[in-house]
Parts: sequence; structure tokens; C-alpha cells
Amino acid sequence: MSECPRHTAPEPVFAEPWHAQVFAVTVALNEAGLFDWPDWAARFSATLKRNGLDRELNGGDDYFTAWLETLEALLTEQGSTATGDISHLRDKWEEAYLTTPHGQPVRLTKG
Amino acid sequence: MPHDDHDHPHALLPPDPALRVKALETILTRKGLIDPAALDEIIDTYQNKIGPQNGARVVAKAWTDPDFKAALLKDATSVVADLGYYGRQGEHMVVVANTPEQHNMVVCTLCSCYPWPLLGIPPGWYKSDAYRARAVREPRKVLAEFGVTLPETSSVRVWDSTAEVRYLVLPMRPSGTDGLTEDELAALVTRDSMIGTGLPKVPS
Repeated sequence: MSECPRHTAPEPVFAEPWHAQVFAVTVALNEAGLFDWPDWAARFSATLKRNGLDRELNGGDDYFTAWLETLEALLTEQGSTATGDISHLRDKWEEAYLTTPHGQPVRLTKG
Repeated sequence: MPHDDHDHPHALLPPDPALRVKALETILTRKGLIDPAALDEIIDTYQNKIGPQNGARVVAKAWTDPDFKAALLKDATSVVADLGYYGRQGEHMVVVANTPEQHNMVVCTLCSCYPWPLLGIPPGWYKSDAYRARAVREPRKVLAEFGVTLPETSSVRVWDSTAEVRYLVLPMRPSGTDGLTEDELAALVTRDSMIGTGLPKVPS
């Protein structure tokens, strides 16, 4: 019997670096006791369900976008982050990327 | 290889969600809630150390040791912990054995619960809406798309994982593997065969 080649090609564990980062942040916060995993799974399931209402989600970017949305909402609700802080720092990071010469490490200036 | 530096005078801008993740990391690190080194360690663990090879060892052992198999089916969590496979998302694992009469298949209809200590991080298709919805509704059709055709006499049972209980399928040992060692057997056990969307490889 031969296997279906479509499913045997090696796949990376995380398709994008940011998928791995948001996964690791969540696991670290869970281990630090900020939330328990069943609570996380319930919130994440609700986000997936909501996002999947108007279109079918793939298991890659769509999945981790829902993951990130859930984490942002949870941390904001808990008071660990504020929505304004996230967008402020997001813009700071964008600026850092746009002003760092190619090949140099991108760092955030305090702010 | 051509180098496209001239197209990118500045560092390549990551996509929006990546910038949001970086923002979160910055905030949480400054608050002392996370440690960037610990994040690297978590990613390294799941990228390089934990994966389906763990589950394959458990399956190969169950194929060669009837006592181990009986104990595994009774209380998988503690039996695999004895082999060193425990930790995150492995608090309660249940192993379900395929038989000629019943084929087992695992899904998480709500999100993507999965036995991380035995299989690592789930593949993209396991997390897709398509698989999560269709595995329960039309399992035989989904199996056929994975190249698995079961005899008419075999039923299909679909197990829905939750944050509390995670399932692993114990596939049937392929015929023609009588003289093989545990290592050789483990090499036949694919990730998909332990999710139930595949069958073990057959020795060539």
C-alpha cells in the first residue's frame, strides 16, 4: 500500500515565526498562572466559532490570528495590558522596522 | 543566488499580527510576566524535542508488550509518564485501540486539543474548520481523502478531544512485521496513524 503523498511531505511545526511566538507567550503565561488551560480553550473556541461564521478558517494564519485576538482580549480583560498600549507599541515596532537598515537587528527604543 | 537588498533598504516589515505579538511580548516582558529566554526554550522544545516520535515509541512498545498495552489502555497518562512523556497538555490522555471491527479517529471540534507530550503541535489541517466540522459528520469521506479505505465490516468511532481529555489512537500492528525490533516498528508509526487519519507504514 502506498501512502497519499499529499499528507507525507514534512511540514514545519509553525508555519510563521509569529505563530511560534504567540504560542510560546500563551504557554508561558499559563504556566505563570495568569489563566488555566480549560479557560483558555473555552475562550479560544468561542473566537474560532465567531470568526468561522462568515467564512471557513484554515488551520494556519486564520487559526493563529484567532489565537492572538483571544490572548489580547483576555489580557486586556485581566488588566495585564491595555488596548492602547498594544497599538502604541505595535506602531513603535513598525517604526523600528522601517527605520532600521536592512541586515541590522531591529530594536525598540524605549517608549 | 540573487540578493534583493536594493528592494529593501530597511528591515523587512513583518505582517500586522507579528507586530502585535511583538507589542504584547514587549509589554509583558517589561511587566516581568514573561521572560524572553523562556519563550525561546518553549519554541525550541516544540520545534525540536517533542513530536510524533514520542507517540510512535509508545505504539511500538504496545505492539510488542501485551502487559504494557493493557496498562496503556487502562491508564495512559501514568503509563506514558513513566516513559518520560508528560507535561503541558498531557494531563489526561486516553489511548483508544483500533481493532478489525472498529477504527478510531480523533478530532477537537471546539479548537485543537491534542496530546502534546506524545504528538507535539497539531498539523494545520487538524486545526482547520474543514476537518473539525467534517470529521464528525462524514468520517469515512474524510478518511478516503487521506487515502484510508476501511473494510465495510469496520465501524468508525470519532473521539472529540477537550481541554481535559486528549486521545491517541493505537493503530493495528501491520502484518509482516513479526521479526522487527521496537525501533524498527516505531519507524512504521506515522503521526496520522495516531490521529486515526492514516495507517502505519508497511515494511518494504
